[in-house]
Amino acid sequence: MTEDVRVYVEEAPGQRREIVGPTDMGLSLMELLKANEYDIQATCGGMALCGTCHIEVLAGPALDEPSDDELAMLESLPVMSQGSRLSCQIRLTERLDGLVLRLMPQTT
Amino acid sequence: MNSISTDICIIGAGPVGLFAVFEAGLLKLRCHVVDALPQVGGQLSEIYPKKPIYDIPGFPDILAGDLVRNLMRQIEPFHPTFTLGERVERFAKLEDGSFQLFTSDGTEILCKTIAIAGGLGSFEPRKPAIEQLENFESGKGVYYMVRDPETFRDQRLVIAGGGDSALDWTIFLADVAKEVTLVHRGTTFRGAADSAEKVKKLHDAGKVNLVLSSNVTHVHGNGQLNAVTITANDGTTAQLPVDSFIPLFGLTPKLGPIEDWGLELEDNAVKVNTLDYSTSEPGIFAIGDINTYPGKLKLILCGFHEAALMCQGAFKYINPDKKYVLKYTTVNGVPTL
Repeated sequence: MTEDVRVYVEEAPGQRREIVGPTDMGLSLMELLKANEYDIQATCGGMALCGTCHIEVLAGPALDEPSDDELAMLESLPVMSQGSRLSCQIRLTERLDGLVLRLMPQTT
Repeated sequence: MNSISTDICIIGAGPVGLFAVFEAGLLKLRCHVVDALPQVGGQLSEIYPKKPIYDIPGFPDILAGDLVRNLMRQIEPFHPTFTLGERVERFAKLEDGSFQLFTSDGTEILCKTIAIAGGLGSFEPRKPAIEQLENFESGKGVYYMVRDPETFRDQRLVIAGGGDSALDWTIFLADVAKEVTLVHRGTTFRGAADSAEKVKKLHDAGKVNLVLSSNVTHVHGNGQLNAVTITANDGTTAQLPVDSFIPLFGLTPKLGPIEDWGLELEDNAVKVNTLDYSTSEPGIFAIGDINTYPGKLKLILCGFHEAALMCQGAFKYINPDKKYVLKYTTVNGVPTL
């Protein structure tokens, strides 16, 4: 039995919503956010090609470094911050527990 | 001008578009396939030719590139024709219910039905979120790509972005424009190291202005762009007179011209009836990743299924009076066309 993982979405300053997801389904953070009805297009389906699942990590456990493909995509976006990540490139594992993030504005 | 005549014009040469040729062939319908990319295979060829796919029925694993090659072999008996490297721009519906399609390069295709199998759509420039930006598109000072560098001869230019294309065009246009300012929100460039080095040298030589840790936040002008506001990360702003502004923030998949075809859309995809994958426009069908319906799964295998049903719908549209009886390839083999 694997544990569920809890992540927190900052929907407005100081206002965080807890969302819970399974860690045994090979989901990405993008898929968890979409399943919780966050407005993420994820046009490319998780291949780091469209940049529409852009999030900012605000606090929580250290994540694996982004791949070159992910960095290249982030770098090309009009907006990027220190904690910028593509949520489709982050696997949902126990190690994510306690992660705090916010959605970044979508540019299309 | 090229003119082509066919039964089904398939827009998109990805796996689903290619397999649609096979299903159409079984019903003795001829196909012409158009794709904006210069080669067939869509994402499979362009993005992951060397990646294995594990969910094609009957293939425990198959490389994406091999799947495309196999599909090309499978549809060979039906002699499909192709227009590659051209994008379908618009369509006209003729009185008899058939269609006329026009590509970006002026190719004209007459077809009885259209099957949109456009996958993610086409990759188009990403536009930054700047108010009023769209007012200066179409030759009024804002350009999302450089088609003809001569457009910018002796102009005052602002280029925004930190990727390869922003660096490359800054270098190239430094010799063409009167003044080039590169605005980048970061302090470092991830693009090719030698391009970043070249930009730095041009800056040191006074040929390029470099504004780092800043974004272009406003555009100004009366009909024609004449200035942009640059806001630094610390909040200070400056207005800069310009003739043209070129935001270069990479490409992102979009529906492209199909967006303006008057088809019913939802979430950036074409709505279809799962009976036959018809769109809101009779005679136009949509299959694969580009369509949406309740329960939609963006899988190649689902696209194959959609292609089979779509061809039944196309057959009925073309032959409203004929009653088609499904034949199995195991019984009849593959018919010739």
